[in-house]
Amino acid sequence: MNFTLPKVRVPYLLLFPGFAFLFTFFILPIVNLAQTSTQTPVSGGDTGQYEQSFAFSNYVNAFLDNRDQFARSFIFATFSTIFALAIAYPLAYAIAFKSGKFKNILLVMVVAPFFTSFLLRTIAWKQILGEEGFVVPTLRSLHLMGQQTTITSTSVAVVAGMTYNFLPFMTLPLYASLERIDPRTIEASGDLYANALTTFRRVTVPLSMPGVVAGTLLTFIPAAGDYVNASILGSPNSKMIGNVIESRYFKIVDYPTAAALSFTLMAAILILVTLYIRKAGTEELV
Amino acid sequence: MSTNIKDATIPSIPIKARFSRWFGRNLLRIYMIFGFTYLFIPVAYTFAFSFNDSGKSNLIWKGFTLNNWKNPCGAPEVCSALGNSIKIGLLATTFATILGTMIAFAIGRYQFRGRSSSNLLIFLPMATPEIVLGASLLSLFLVFKINPGFWPTVIAHVMFCISFVVVTVKARIASLDPRLEQAAMDLYANELETFRRVTLPLVAPGIAGAALLAFSLSFDDFIITNFNSGTLITFPKFVYVAAARGIPAQANVIGSSMFFLALVIVIAGQLVNRKKAR
Amino acid sequence: MVRGFPKGSRQLVSIDPINARGDLRLTRITKSYGDFKAVDDLTLTIPKGSFFALLGPSGCGKTTTLRMVAGLEEPTVGSIHLGETDITTTRPYQRPINTVFQNYALFPHLTIFENIAFGLRRRGIKDVKEQVDKVLSLVELPHLAERKPTQLSGGQQQRIALARAIVNRPALLLLDEPLGALDLKLRRQMQIELKWIQREVGLTFVHVTHDQEEAMTMADTIAVMNEGKIEQMGSPADLYDDPETAFVANFLGQSNLIKGKIDGNDGDNLVIDLFGQKISMPKNRSHAVDSSLYAGIRPEKFRISRTGTAVRGNTLTGGRIEDVSYIGVSTQYVVAMPWGQELMVFEQNDDGVPPFNKGEEVIISWEPSFTFGLRGDEDIEAGTEVNPEEIGE
Repeated sequence: MNFTLPKVRVPYLLLFPGFAFLFTFFILPIVNLAQTSTQTPVSGGDTGQYEQSFAFSNYVNAFLDNRDQFARSFIFATFSTIFALAIAYPLAYAIAFKSGKFKNILLVMVVAPFFTSFLLRTIAWKQILGEEGFVVPTLRSLHLMGQQTTITSTSVAVVAGMTYNFLPFMTLPLYASLERIDPRTIEASGDLYANALTTFRRVTVPLSMPGVVAGTLLTFIPAAGDYVNASILGSPNSKMIGNVIESRYFKIVDYPTAAALSFTLMAAILILVTLYIRKAGTEELV
Repeated sequence: MSTNIKDATIPSIPIKARFSRWFGRNLLRIYMIFGFTYLFIPVAYTFAFSFNDSGKSNLIWKGFTLNNWKNPCGAPEVCSALGNSIKIGLLATTFATILGTMIAFAIGRYQFRGRSSSNLLIFLPMATPEIVLGASLLSLFLVFKINPGFWPTVIAHVMFCISFVVVTVKARIASLDPRLEQAAMDLYANELETFRRVTLPLVAPGIAGAALLAFSLSFDDFIITNFNSGTLITFPKFVYVAAARGIPAQANVIGSSMFFLALVIVIAGQLVNRKKAR
Repeated sequence: MVRGFPKGSRQLVSIDPINARGDLRLTRITKSYGDFKAVDDLTLTIPKGSFFALLGPSGCGKTTTLRMVAGLEEPTVGSIHLGETDITTTRPYQRPINTVFQNYALFPHLTIFENIAFGLRRRGIKDVKEQVDKVLSLVELPHLAERKPTQLSGGQQQRIALARAIVNRPALLLLDEPLGALDLKLRRQMQIELKWIQREVGLTFVHVTHDQEEAMTMADTIAVMNEGKIEQMGSPADLYDDPETAFVANFLGQSNLIKGKIDGNDGDNLVIDLFGQKISMPKNRSHAVDSSLYAGIRPEKFRISRTGTAVRGNTLTGGRIEDVSYIGVSTQYVVAMPWGQELMVFEQNDDGVPPFNKGEEVIISWEPSFTFGLRGDEDIEAGTEVNPEEIGE
């Protein structure tokens, strides 16, 4: 005869408040966004009044009108992810393997700059790289830069800003993954005739893949939807899809288009992420 | 026949080779120095300009002054924005930590139907771009004729922080040896006492870390806040709006203070941990 | 029969289970996980005040049994009594039983003093200092009271885990392979100390282990378990000298098992035919059920002599030495017999006689009363530690 456990109820009790909250304020809004995305303005009504008309054409129009910004968002996000990976990997590696007793201090130092407000940091870059900073006038006087060229208000600046701002999201998962590697596997590789470069290529990198996957996801996903960097460091020519969505809410009131754009963004990210995970191998994400 | 070691000539390595060997060994260390410099440039800049005698617009260096630090609320909007951010942060942290910790215990401790779907639900908000999170929540509020403002912002912050709390606490729970709780029950502690005296103290550092994480995410948030705060100004929002006409140096003071405060907290946490292990 | 009280409720018995005392009685305990029976219809009585060992290979169910006694697992079927009290459905904290865990399970966030005082405090005892100090002296670690578990060595942690359990004066102390993580010398030392502590404090110890030497050193009574069942129970000497199954014969020490036929009797003895050679064995040492059996002799009971020498007792001729291993204390021989079997012989190096050499023709002899008889249908590989098929053949 088996004993039944009254404890079966406990997990559901614990989950209920949090999940009820998430359901109301995450799931429901997304669902609502979906149904907004197929609405059209009420003819003869005020701005902000819409009716449901299952206008899937909203998606087509939204995408076609803004395909430049979509493309730009994904290109920028890809570049900043790649740059962030390139910068963060050696840094994470150095902290994990070459820092001895300073490991914890260095880790804190990697995260510390990001305790200053994200906006203050970005604006600081704008001022450092802008006309009033000392970088641009110096480069110009050294004739390394034309008198008309600027660093700010360019796509380069936007990507640079994104790379910088998402660096901790890339570094920490990389570090966690590298730190977990048993140093004896590295030793074993050397014992089996691999030099340092081969060991790195065939042992360290594959073992750090979970960190690489996590880091790239944590960087790419917010980067694709970002608009603050573009807004501060870019120009009207470097608008990202995030800027468009924001303006459709606050400047030109056009909720259905904004909703359609949001969903298209989400869908695109989801597809890319799924393909990426399948290729890179599933790891437990949470 | 033995050779006297002292008499043997030690072959000397040419300077060039010695330098390149040193360089190869320390390449990563050199890179680290460059890397950290790069990371700290904007912070140093912000800190430096907090001493600027600038008046309203803090773009060009005008002179050194301690006035900004002595009078951080000199520009009134700065402190009210800061106050809002702190209030929202504390509220959001409290709720997110409580709800998230409960979820973490449920998922981390029990086997139940829907466990993997629960994991997915927790992952989704972290995978959704902030702009979608913010915009969708705003849409919902508008449907129910709720105006964006203080409480909608708190709700939005709780929403996106819960997932991070769950992940952090869950990791801590996973590292807990279940035999410790069995030992407690073996030693006459019932379920509640076991939780109070063994489980909770051991999970507490994870919960504290999650709370700190939630607070920093909330404090620094701009995009979601922008959509849901209406006319309420938080610190990041203040900086963004003020960027056009000029950010008062007091904002730099606040930013630098946040940096030093966070640094102190983290270092203090490290020292406490080291002391506990002693 | 299982009592129908819902789990977690206070047991409605005449005395509070926490005060139960007496012999531990397991009656027809079965623990099933789906189709798999970890413990299979086990019935066992552990007398109060004894040092009892549950011995067996990993997976035999001994740890599961221990955990059921502690209350950390529940039997699927069966009942557990402590004295007259049925404790089957009681929670671990309701039982006057404490466990020394395999990895010690000391609370890392509490000092040693608080670790030991934990059980006392949970039972509402206010003044704990005297008892904690006393038990710290017993394990000879009074100076560690204010340290934390992570600062202690493995041996020290083990003794603190023991102290933490003993201080509560439980009716039963359960030890789950507590010496497994210690090095050999320390383990030997702890075996002797545990035995001494048990005698000194007078508690009932139930010790779970896979190490047969450890069980034999420490226990008054051993129950050998295999695949969820008890193969044989008795004193170390009983189990060693008179095993009832091949598993027990092979698991405790080593045995030579030779297939034979009962060929008649001679007073109190049986005459056994082993591949044409005749030996005798006392009737009461045979567990065979028909005329086929395995004759069992421990390697140290064999004597080797050169062919042609006069010998006493049972004799097997035609042996040839295949291998000689000098161990220091003894020399171990592998002797090939004419019927193809290889027998193990341990000769003590106590008479200055030089060892035999490989290839020599020898006679094996032994005192007949040392022979034991197993059933003819036994699996003679049972209980031998390593199965060659398991090493990636």
